[in-house]
Amino acid sequence: MIKLTIDGKQVEVEKDITILKAAKTVGIDIPTLCYFELRDMNIENRPGGCRICVVEIKGRRNLAPACSTKVENGIEVNTHNIRVLNARRTVLELILSDHPAECLTCAKNGNCELQSMAQQLGVRELPYQGEQSTYRKDTSPAIIRDIDKCIMCRRCEMMCNEVQTVGALSAINRGFMAVVAPAFEMNLEKSSCTYCGQCVSVCPTGALTEVDHSRNVINALADPAKTVVVQTAPAVRAALGEEFGLEPGTLVTGKMVAALRRLGFDYVFDTDFAADLTIMEEGSELLDRLSRYLKGDKSVKLPILTSCCPGWVNFFEHNFPEMRDIPSTAKSPQQMFGPIAKEYFGKKLGIDRKNMIVVSIMPCLAKKYECQRDEFKVNGDPDVNFSLSTRELAHLIKASNIDFNSLPEEEFDNPLGESTGASVIFGTTGGVIEAACRTAYELYTGKKLEKVDFMELRGFENIRHATIDFDGLPINIGIAHGLGNARKLLEDIKDGKSEFHAIEIMACPGGCIGGGGQPYHFGDSEILKKRAAAVYQEDAGKTIRKSHENPFIIQLYKEFLGKPLGEKSHHLLHTKYFDKSASVFVEE
Amino acid sequence: MAKKQLRIALRNCGVIDPERIEEYIERDGYQALGKVLTELSPEATIEIIKKSGLRGRGGGGFSTGLKWEITRKVQADQKYVVCNADEGDPGAFMDRSVLEGDPHSVLEAMAINGYCTGASKGLVYIRAEYPLAIERLKIAMKQAREWGFLGEDILGTGFSFDVEIRYGAGAFVCGEETALIHSMEGLRGEPTVKPPFPSESGYLGKPTNVNNVETYANIPVIINKGWEWFAGIGTEKSKGTKVFALAGKINNVGLIEVPMGTTLREVIYDIGGGLQDGAAFKAVQTGGPSGGCLMEKHLDVPIDYDNLIAAGSMMGSGGMIVMDDSNCMVSIAKFYLDFTVEESCGKCSPCRIGNKRLNELLDKITKGNGTMEDLDKLRNLSTVIKETSLCGLGQSSPNPVLSTLENFYDEYYEHVTAKKCRSNVCKSLMMYIIDAEKCIGCTLCARNCPVNAITGERKQAHYIDPEKCIKCGACMEKCKFSAIFIN
Amino acid sequence: MAKIKLSERKIQELKEVCKSFNNEKGELINVLHKAQGLFGYLPAEVQEVIAKELNVSVAHVYGVVTFYSFFTMVPKGEHPISICLGTACYVRGAEKVLEEFKRILNVQVGETTSDGKFSLSCLRCVGACGLAPVVMVGEKVYGRVSPDGVKDIVAEYRS
Repeated sequence: MIKLTIDGKQVEVEKDITILKAAKTVGIDIPTLCYFELRDMNIENRPGGCRICVVEIKGRRNLAPACSTKVENGIEVNTHNIRVLNARRTVLELILSDHPAECLTCAKNGNCELQSMAQQLGVRELPYQGEQSTYRKDTSPAIIRDIDKCIMCRRCEMMCNEVQTVGALSAINRGFMAVVAPAFEMNLEKSSCTYCGQCVSVCPTGALTEVDHSRNVINALADPAKTVVVQTAPAVRAALGEEFGLEPGTLVTGKMVAALRRLGFDYVFDTDFAADLTIMEEGSELLDRLSRYLKGDKSVKLPILTSCCPGWVNFFEHNFPEMRDIPSTAKSPQQMFGPIAKEYFGKKLGIDRKNMIVVSIMPCLAKKYECQRDEFKVNGDPDVNFSLSTRELAHLIKASNIDFNSLPEEEFDNPLGESTGASVIFGTTGGVIEAACRTAYELYTGKKLEKVDFMELRGFENIRHATIDFDGLPINIGIAHGLGNARKLLEDIKDGKSEFHAIEIMACPGGCIGGGGQPYHFGDSEILKKRAAAVYQEDAGKTIRKSHENPFIIQLYKEFLGKPLGEKSHHLLHTKYFDKSASVFVEE
Repeated sequence: MAKKQLRIALRNCGVIDPERIEEYIERDGYQALGKVLTELSPEATIEIIKKSGLRGRGGGGFSTGLKWEITRKVQADQKYVVCNADEGDPGAFMDRSVLEGDPHSVLEAMAINGYCTGASKGLVYIRAEYPLAIERLKIAMKQAREWGFLGEDILGTGFSFDVEIRYGAGAFVCGEETALIHSMEGLRGEPTVKPPFPSESGYLGKPTNVNNVETYANIPVIINKGWEWFAGIGTEKSKGTKVFALAGKINNVGLIEVPMGTTLREVIYDIGGGLQDGAAFKAVQTGGPSGGCLMEKHLDVPIDYDNLIAAGSMMGSGGMIVMDDSNCMVSIAKFYLDFTVEESCGKCSPCRIGNKRLNELLDKITKGNGTMEDLDKLRNLSTVIKETSLCGLGQSSPNPVLSTLENFYDEYYEHVTAKKCRSNVCKSLMMYIIDAEKCIGCTLCARNCPVNAITGERKQAHYIDPEKCIKCGACMEKCKFSAIFIN
Repeated sequence: MAKIKLSERKIQELKEVCKSFNNEKGELINVLHKAQGLFGYLPAEVQEVIAKELNVSVAHVYGVVTFYSFFTMVPKGEHPISICLGTACYVRGAEKVLEEFKRILNVQVGETTSDGKFSLSCLRCVGACGLAPVVMVGEKVYGRVSPDGVKDIVAEYRS
């Protein structure tokens, strides 16, 4: 143990921890800006670059960054004497002097860590003013880069490279013009970006934000000729409440439905319904591949990989195109919902697909890109017209004078609003594969599953694996969340070392509950855990917890689709993947 | 120039043919390596270096022996020794001279360093702008291998050590050891917070001992002549000699090597031969962009690490630029800040933005728009940048500003209050005026003015329109009657 | 960004360079040096090939290229002119020499003349402080250059 004093308080802490953490143990919160941590998930950004967290260590010539200075025996640390306060404020004033003062119209207004810091440190004027570094603004299908607002905290770079191993972003240039950008400062759209949105979810300022589609939705709602249908992803209900001051982990399914009705959506449906459908298709595909494999068919590709995460799909299209026949061909729930809404539900009501607008509420930014993909359009009409993030929905509700917290709990509309517990857990890492196991087990063995909770598939470890007993047949399951972890499993498959039969992959750490479109968690991993718990809580509360028991799914197959992997399913619910590794510049 | 000089690091430069190992060997070359490998333990060798009092010649002045000892004590399967030859101070070129004139001394010292620290691999990180030094180094490496001073089982002692070259690519910050290491790893040359020091976790995460060229050049001599000899030279806390690159408005320009404790006066007048054209001494800048400008009153300060810091400057790598009255000290400070702004890596905010703002304030003052408040801002901002920057570059970049503010405050004051540059360097503050008494109206000036700022009838006194004048000085040069002067 | 089609032969040569460094990502800077020697500059296409060969992201390569002043993405003139702005040269009037070059060539620092003959750049200390102010044209060093001498230097290469 190490003994030191911080602001006159005796502190005893383990060795190798930083002054920042030591101070926390005695209730002293040293302000930080570039520092970022998602505890228990192995995610840490500690470049020691912003210099906001500087403290005085008695006897040392210079001030030390608390985030990256380790404790030592006997040192006397002062976190707020006049020297420290003056230096800290001056550093912030400098950062602000190279930052556009556009707070009023900035997408991050109210959620900006730089803004809060200016407030906290009481900056009232900027004594050092001068030239500002400016760059080209870049709008992609999902993410806007307004890097005039970049403060070089490097969190996005860390997320994009170390956590996600996407490599779309890097620090470029030197000195005053240094900034984080894609190669050649090209548009993100041209880069290998997967739109996972993790850069956005950690950006402390408005330098990286989502493309806002709420205006399009408002216009659609105002158009009497349009029938506007909305679907909501499972992870949204576990996080939306945070935007209205509710405790993280508060389930707001009923209020969310009520709010959507008040916003004017004609039908409030659930992506969970489509998630049940996904399980039917994906689960059947797993069983199909498995049984062919067991019969000795060597051409079968195993393990099967889940394909419901669009960030993940983008990732393998860019980085592992040669393996694109391994993932399930099942579309994501968002994209299964689209054609079912327009081709089945719409046709039933006699609404032409051109007059139906499908909106999705997603915890995700990659969904914005996914719904714009050409293969998900019919004669230019997208199956899903617009995808809004959880944050955008919250804004929409606030702007429409809806008092969210006093709303009654309402139910989804039918038939596309009915879902099972299996589909709800899609929202967290491990959930898709657990849902698949519930259905695949019963379909394969023909027996009733005694215990539907597969505890061995749950948790937050980066890569998890479990063997599920399918009545004597051991099925090896792998789970990865975060694309860097996914990459490891893919490399194993490439090297022929993988022993899995099925792997679930989610691009975002924690799965969809930690998606790039969720309310900002500001590095608090407890929030993610509470959201995951909420998702499991909703599952546990459901009477039907297996996708294949959803009565409306059964009806859908009976009335319309026929059978899983059937011709109609193939046409409407399955997709193909593309090789996107080709160079932007060099034609080979 | 030989008077008062003592050549240790430069002992062979210009004396031997650097491309012939035989000549190096004739001058006791590789004797120290032989002695260390056959007679001394690594610990005993480190003890000698420690007792000699040798401190890092790259700028920081950390005890070389202590650094070696720390690296030695860290347990690891692989360690590295690195030679920092990324000489980046504008106005310093001693590393280049040593590598061009005596490359074997560096290789020999690196091998000794490898033996002491337990490293079998050495890396020389050298500026790509030094093609001749690179060429000579390559030749030396080849010869040393042929002679068995590098490679497997050196001199039959079982000790193996070899050297590779890595190239810098034009980034001053790579002189900082953590930045240098990142650069060698193929990354942007950004520094990281210390600790951990490279001696614990350096190149590829392995313990790495980084010393600069001049430091290495001292090692073989210390082994051969003994620590007592070396420690007998210099001042109490700074032993041995230091190489300086003497430049500026001085008669004898070039590299000199003097014992620590020599005064600036001795260097400038006895060795440097005084100022050019008998001009009056105004300032001497030591330590490059990290150092400061010293004045007349400092001339009798014995040069060593601590005295220079006490005087508000730094040893740095040994640049020494002498200035006379024609140098404006505000502009000199701005010159160094221009450099820092260009060379800042951009990782930490005080250096990235703070130095830019410092530079803008200086620019404002040299343009005649400065206020007294700006002088306070300069001082405050400089202090914060020094105290809060991540690496040595930012921690020392305000030194040229602080030292000139301290030693040449009058000049700042004049720029701000009287809008006057006494050295006639700051163009915005200059006004070219025609003395009506002396002007005979020959029209030569008017015909040579590139912007037609001069008017006047033939044989009448002419007039320069200050609004139009771009202060190029062409008129003054052409005037045969010395009728044009600067106000 | 203008797209330049690299010839198959040049790409092959570049791949050989990468290979000579074992396609080791730690050798990126050495590879970039060689590549710039090969092409005269580092266009995007070249960086992309290097990224692929060394198995690093092209953003990373670009990040490194833009960090070091030695690397350039702009082709240099036939006769690259560099003016030393090191301290020794500066105090001896290098700035005036630079101004003269800018005036005579009608380009700014970092630019190339429209006929592609000259490009102008600044550098920090070539270690020839005794000759200050120093100008380099290609590999040739000119010492004690005065503003008046600039036109003669340029004239040497104009013909």
